[in-house]
Amino acid sequence: MKKETLIPLDQLCSNYSVEMSFFSNLNETGLIEIRKIDQMEYIHQESLDHIEKIIRIYHELELNPEGIDVVFNLLQKIEDLQEELRSVKNRLRLYEQ
Amino acid sequence: MAFIDYYGVLGLDKKATEADIKKAYRKYARKYHPDLNPNDKEAERKFKEINEANEVLSNPENRKKYDQYGKDWKHADEMENARQGHQSQRNQYQGSSGDFSGSDYSDFFESLFGGRKSGRGSGNVRFKGQDFNAELHLDLKEVYATHKRTLMINGKNIRLTIPAGVQNGQVIKIKGHGGEGINGGPNGDLQIRFSIENHTKFKRDGDNLFSMADLDLYTALLGGEMTVDTFDGKVRLKIQAETQSGTRVKLKGKGFPVYKKDGVFGDLYITFQVTLPKNLTEKEKALFKELSQLRKS
Repeated sequence: MKKETLIPLDQLCSNYSVEMSFFSNLNETGLIEIRKIDQMEYIHQESLDHIEKIIRIYHELELNPEGIDVVFNLLQKIEDLQEELRSVKNRLRLYEQ
Repeated sequence: MAFIDYYGVLGLDKKATEADIKKAYRKYARKYHPDLNPNDKEAERKFKEINEANEVLSNPENRKKYDQYGKDWKHADEMENARQGHQSQRNQYQGSSGDFSGSDYSDFFESLFGGRKSGRGSGNVRFKGQDFNAELHLDLKEVYATHKRTLMINGKNIRLTIPAGVQNGQVIKIKGHGGEGINGGPNGDLQIRFSIENHTKFKRDGDNLFSMADLDLYTALLGGEMTVDTFDGKVRLKIQAETQSGTRVKLKGKGFPVYKKDGVFGDLYITFQVTLPKNLTEKEKALFKELSQLRKS
């Protein structure tokens, strides 16, 4: 069985100077997934990069969770389009060689 | 060292109010924030520039200094005196939050205000280190099979497994091999973009390969067998009688390896190009004429 590393939410709150409600809001928006074990709330360590990115955008651009969600959706679209563009460029090379 | 027009950076003039500065900073920060512009060096550079401009103009004391000395920037001696006079300020502006590491301030800023400035209110927030980007040039033949390679990145040797079937332009991320984390945050990642050059006669589209094969007139007309090249060797092919020039056949599983799917390969498409005999003998010419007459009759 794969061992999971969980980080308590209250620890994150003090490290990143954000309120617990901020994480609850992110959870409700579907931006993060909070795990509840014995009345304690945690996030998975693997989602730490993602959460740090959210916190940066929240602090520095003053976007609310809904706005951050829109940003992430658009970034995903850009990434998909870039992937498609890469594939089309490679296909174009077939005719250029 | 060039003078930086901080007002210009934020699209403002000298009469700008504090509210104007805040508004302009927010507007440009939303546009150029590195999290919203991944792998865009120009956006990162502009983001640093607007942060620097905001750092100076949003602080009344700094703004006053900038307005006072900035306009006389070309008078180097006066600037030097001004700089020395304000050395005591140096420590006041140190300790960047540095969430995007490498965010050193311009020489101009440092001359005017000392070392690095205060953070954006991030205190002891842990941030991931900078992501490093590298480009690896490989030959198509090299990515036909999974292999290991040692790369020297920022003085460190990194042993990398390059999976067979990696695509041109594909980026793979190696976690934790980027810049060091800030305030104990995790290290950044190393992102390697593959640039694959093809010097073979095969053309690649995804996992499929394409090539041309010359087919002599007689085999094309009467059918038979011929040997064709595949990427990793030769195969014997049956040729149908009356195969036309431009006919394409598919050799299943003889294409390129599928990325991260061991033992799975794309297909190879071979297009036949019928070649006509040259330097015909008199007898051959006569026989072709006879064939021609037969066709016409």
